Amino acid sequence: MQIGYFVEQLYAGVPEEEIIRNGGFFGVQNKFFDPKIGGQLYHRYISEHIEAERVGYDMMVLNEHHANPACMSHVITIEASILAYVTKRARIATLGVPLPITKNPLRVAEELAMIDMISGGRLVPGIIRGAAFEQVASNTNPTQNREIFDEAYEFMLKAWSTPGPWRYEGKHFHYRYVNPWARPIQAKPLVLVPGVISPETVVWAAKRKLPYVALATEVNATLRMWNLYGETAAQAGYQVGPENFGYLQKLVVADSDEEAYELGKGHMYGGSHATPKYSALPGYNSKVALKDYVNKFYALMNPRAANFMDVEEQRKALLDNYPKLVDAGHIIVGTPKTVIPKIRKVLESLRPGFFNVWGPEGPIPHKNTMRMMELMGQEVIPAMREMGKELGLEDAFERELGSRPLSANGKWEPIVKSPPSAVAA
Amino acid sequence: MAGWEKREIEVGGAPITLFEAGSGRPLLILHDELGPADWQLWHEDMSKHRRLVMPIAPGFRDERIKWMRNVTDLSRFYGRMLREQKFGSLDVVGLSFGGWLAVEMAVNDPTQFAHLVMVAPFGIKPSQGYITDMYILTTAEYLKSSIADPEATPEFATLFNSATPQTIESWEDARIETAQLAWEPFMHNPSLEQHVRGLNGLPTLIFWGTKDSVVPESAMRAYAEAIPGSKLEVFEGCGHRPEIERRHEFVKSLTRFID
Repeated sequence: MQIGYFVEQLYAGVPEEEIIRNGGFFGVQNKFFDPKIGGQLYHRYISEHIEAERVGYDMMVLNEHHANPACMSHVITIEASILAYVTKRARIATLGVPLPITKNPLRVAEELAMIDMISGGRLVPGIIRGAAFEQVASNTNPTQNREIFDEAYEFMLKAWSTPGPWRYEGKHFHYRYVNPWARPIQAKPLVLVPGVISPETVVWAAKRKLPYVALATEVNATLRMWNLYGETAAQAGYQVGPENFGYLQKLVVADSDEEAYELGKGHMYGGSHATPKYSALPGYNSKVALKDYVNKFYALMNPRAANFMDVEEQRKALLDNYPKLVDAGHIIVGTPKTVIPKIRKVLESLRPGFFNVWGPEGPIPHKNTMRMMELMGQEVIPAMREMGKELGLEDAFERELGSRPLSANGKWEPIVKSPPSAVAA
Repeated sequence: MAGWEKREIEVGGAPITLFEAGSGRPLLILHDELGPADWQLWHEDMSKHRRLVMPIAPGFRDERIKWMRNVTDLSRFYGRMLREQKFGSLDVVGLSFGGWLAVEMAVNDPTQFAHLVMVAPFGIKPSQGYITDMYILTTAEYLKSSIADPEATPEFATLFNSATPQTIESWEDARIETAQLAWEPFMHNPSLEQHVRGLNGLPTLIFWGTKDSVVPESAMRAYAEAIPGSKLEVFEGCGHRPEIERRHEFVKSLTRFID
């Protein structure tokens, strides 16, 4: 099992009421941004990833968002490059590079290849479509997002592996001279496919034998995606195992349960990433998905739905939701002693080969994050490794995807046999 | 869709639905960015002396045509449709997005039209202001913004306030198709302003309301300046939908112009 460390990298200088009043992070005016504070925060977040390597994490996990203060990593390959040079052991995972919105897969292929070379072959390139609001922030046509993603992915693989120069004339990308003098050290970098319960993405990953990493999604919904992946894999002729799956788990560890509980509230900070109008772009979700959600769209049409509650009411609603999420294990908080059994439950419930820790969010002091690092290194990570071994959670570096044969009758086995309802308890 | 009769035709292997009504010389109606409108009062008025023909653009209600990449493609496809259906030279009124489509068709072949009428058309980049970004508004917000005074426009409430989930879904189809065709450059063709300068001899009328919050005046002035002999009719205090907001004046002007 690969254990990764991730946080969103909040720009903490915005009053929370501004975010709530805006209905989410996306769209908060950048007048609240101070580059001096931004610079300090970049140093902080980079130092935390370096610390993650030191305390024993297997992967430093990065992401990218745009035009909002929830995530300061706006160009994922920049942080990945820095970590490639200053760290020595842990893998560098991008969850992920938003291929459509970069609009230049040749450049992405070169950037990622450089990161792989500088890091000595430690790059784990995850790729994504980008959230809906990312299409707004980059003027990427949401109706063509998926086909742009497909084309960019195929092009990137070809750029890494096909000797140049060659000519490429696709639908969205045109390069009449492809001859990059940057290729990854790894013969075939493992491409991860992160997602948030989009069935099309799950099927896409399964067909290509790429690990699907569920980003902190609800356990039962996640298991449904595992099963969809498993079914698709069976159609493609292979049996799934833990190596096909990854999970991102919100986790806050401190010296006392009470302290961890308080720090964990940071995961509710500001509410959602974006308001519905930035999430309901035309064609970003398939028509099939849309038909399922037509009632949701109907609700969006209702003017009352557009009236945001006042700030205090909204903040209260967010915090009222917190204990429910803690009880459900969606956010795990506690001391090493109390979180280990809860993590075990997640590992048993989902059997992921990649387990990414989503550390403290919200305006949390650096010292608390660093203390969590210590506790993770001393107690939690070693315990997780034991559990991973005991549960047979092989990762994609230990076991090639697609190497498990289907049983003689051609049927596939779900990797989690207990019914999803047993998981929530 | 009360009032409309439906007719299925085929163009280049693609099924196309025509909504038709009334009798008389044909009047081609090119619908707006949210797709074919329900039966409206101005349709009722015009159908008394005209055969209304309103095609549903591909993708606005049914499957899209995969190779269709922009409004120029659609305008050429529509030109083929008119030729194959043997409409001859007819009058056209295009609304908003449909106005842009109409003028692109005229640029391809001015002789396919006897009169060109555009209602607050997209298509030219405004020199001042922008065409409203409908994709970061909910459809409800967009519709509301398209009317200057909803209170004073009872037909607006009849048409849009009690939309069924099916209608809302069809608006979503329309949003998807317009995004496919005109996401970037947004709702305009950068070379169109030059092309329309060659439309000598095609009688052209442009309607616009001074309270139109969707397309700025500068784009309307650009059309009027570029199309030789064209006329811009401005409704004081009217929004983006003069055919609903100023129906009587609109119908009167339109009829006088095309008859």
